[in-house]
Amino acid sequence: MTQALDVRDVHASRGPHEVLRGVTIDVAPGEICALMGTSGAGKTTVLRAIAALGPFDSGSIVVDGFALTPGHVPPESKLRVLRRSVGMVFQSQSLFEHLTSIENVTLALVHALGWTPEHANAEAMVLLTTLGVAARASAYPRQLSGGEAQRVAIARALAPDPTLLLLDEPTSALDPARRGSLGEVLRALAAEGHALLISTHDVDFAEAFADRVAILAQGVVVEEGSPREVLSESTHADTRALLRSSSAEPSS
Amino acid sequence: MEADPADPSRVRGFDVEIASTIARGLHRDPVFVQVAWSSIEASVERGDFSVGMSGVEDRPELRERHAVSIPYFEFREVLAVRFADSVRYRTLADLSGKRVATLGGTGAYQLLLDLQPRAGPIPISYDDDVHPYADLVAGRVDAVLLDNIIAERSLRRSGGFYIQPLPAATGHYVAVLAARDTTLRDSVNVILRARMRDGSLEKSFRAWNVWDSTQTLYFARMLADSGRVRAAGAAASVRSVRAYLPALLRAAGITLILSCLAMALAVLAGIAVAAGRVYGSAIVRVPLAVYVELIRGTPVLLQLFVLYYGLSGFVRLPAFAAAVLGLGLNYAAYESEIYRAALQAIPRSQLEAGRTLGLSEAQILRLVRAPQALRLALAPMTNDFVALLKDSSLVSVITVVELTKQTAIYATNLGSWVVPGMLCAVIYLAMSLPLSRLARRLEKKWRTA
Repeated sequence: MTQALDVRDVHASRGPHEVLRGVTIDVAPGEICALMGTSGAGKTTVLRAIAALGPFDSGSIVVDGFALTPGHVPPESKLRVLRRSVGMVFQSQSLFEHLTSIENVTLALVHALGWTPEHANAEAMVLLTTLGVAARASAYPRQLSGGEAQRVAIARALAPDPTLLLLDEPTSALDPARRGSLGEVLRALAAEGHALLISTHDVDFAEAFADRVAILAQGVVVEEGSPREVLSESTHADTRALLRSSSAEPSS
Repeated sequence: MEADPADPSRVRGFDVEIASTIARGLHRDPVFVQVAWSSIEASVERGDFSVGMSGVEDRPELRERHAVSIPYFEFREVLAVRFADSVRYRTLADLSGKRVATLGGTGAYQLLLDLQPRAGPIPISYDDDVHPYADLVAGRVDAVLLDNIIAERSLRRSGGFYIQPLPAATGHYVAVLAARDTTLRDSVNVILRARMRDGSLEKSFRAWNVWDSTQTLYFARMLADSGRVRAAGAAASVRSVRAYLPALLRAAGITLILSCLAMALAVLAGIAVAAGRVYGSAIVRVPLAVYVELIRGTPVLLQLFVLYYGLSGFVRLPAFAAAVLGLGLNYAAYESEIYRAALQAIPRSQLEAGRTLGLSEAQILRLVRAPQALRLALAPMTNDFVALLKDSSLVSVITVVELTKQTAIYATNLGSWVVPGMLCAVIYLAMSLPLSRLARRLEKKWRTA
């Protein structure tokens, strides 16, 4: 089966500091992969390299058949195909503050994909309904709760129907009940055939909803497997350290 | 009167000699206090000095408000034109609809203003007596109407024009004193008359090359007039608010149009500069940064002078265009800093979200960054526009008569700043308050958004 995402031996540095030292990871369509690690392990750097927001020095990244080259991030005009296949949900608030929820979702459909506003609105309402925030369609981002904003951001990233969805710490702003319902939403997306790569240090969330877990430590994937294998039975020192820090501070 | 070329801190001229003569007659040492020519009357009334002299022209309003000496010199208002026009433009009647320069607040200016409604020339007012002739030679005006003393001095100094021999009018120089100083004024008159009689005034005038046959006739007439001070102008009417209001409103229109055009230019140029500084490469960024610092670091008055007079050798901008350009380019520097800060205040994550959604950089700017930046920039922009409305008064230095200049003319003629000042303030507020209100309403609307 062809992978939705194939990352091989990727190295990346920020200034003089080498953040990634040979990361290899893949995600299949319909699969949820949790990329786990302590803060500063390089999870966000991996996601940014895949979304062509940050550069990487060597190795290869192939998304749905589109190969990114090491070095500077190419200009947007050369990333059209990639932009169609990758959606990203950012950790920090990234909704467009001057637009309502539904306008956030339809903006790219109308202006990047050339849909009619009517078509885009209908599609956006379907997504907002699926995510349980249809009632907040005409609210502005500052009027939304953290959980609502998170769902609108997911709806926005899903609107162009990407093959691969990247989520950076999606549970950090949510209370436990909301995490559960977010997890169910993500499972439904995977069931539709989307590939999901989620960076998180939320062990409970990964255990409950991920198909596969990859532990990132010191810039490499040190362990990979099913949540049960990795999170319950691992004897790897870095994984044990992650589990200890996670139980000490469930969210940060 | 002028600065002594050998020692610019000293003044010289026949006015200085006559002032010294008066001081000697009063057994005092003369102390010279320099003020702007247009402020001589207000300053003498304030008590900054006792006797004001320097080509102060006798006119009815002056006598109504101040103590005024007997005229000590008769001058002629003469027309200066370019050599090529010496046959075409002989008198003011030949200059219908043409631009005629003069000093603001003088009898010559009043004469031009009085003629204007009757298909006369277009008066262009200056704040100094050098630039009218420079602009005549440069072709910006078609003639200069000023007294023969100034005209002949300019002809000696720089030349390049022709003085028509037929005077347009005659006038007199007087010494002006505070209204309460009538006793001192009478002493000054006694001294002046005595010096006319004994020929020492004639000697001073001859030394400065301003004595001619008309002066001989005038002195004879003056001395025969047996010492009675003319009660000229007692019947002269104080011009009413109603008479000046149309001129003030017209000037307010100039202020408003000028400010709107300058602001439009400032916004467009400011956006271009800000975009260049945020998105451009170093080759673009460095010159733009230099532009902003240069403009912000130097007075706008200097920039206006350079634009209008300094560049007149290369481009001869009309005064209004120079005013729009000068104010617009000056404010563009400030606007660009507002837009730059506003653009940079939009979180990076929003811009990156736009990229991952497949929007082009131009679309992100147009659909995401600029609309939000505009909201942040609105309050400081309104502030700047109100400031620009008031700063537009500076363009009177390049001969544009706008609201403040018109008010000054009004106040000079009326001899009081109280009513003109209040009218002027009311008009400025009427222009700026609705603007602030509109901005507040927009801000409020966007805050809930």
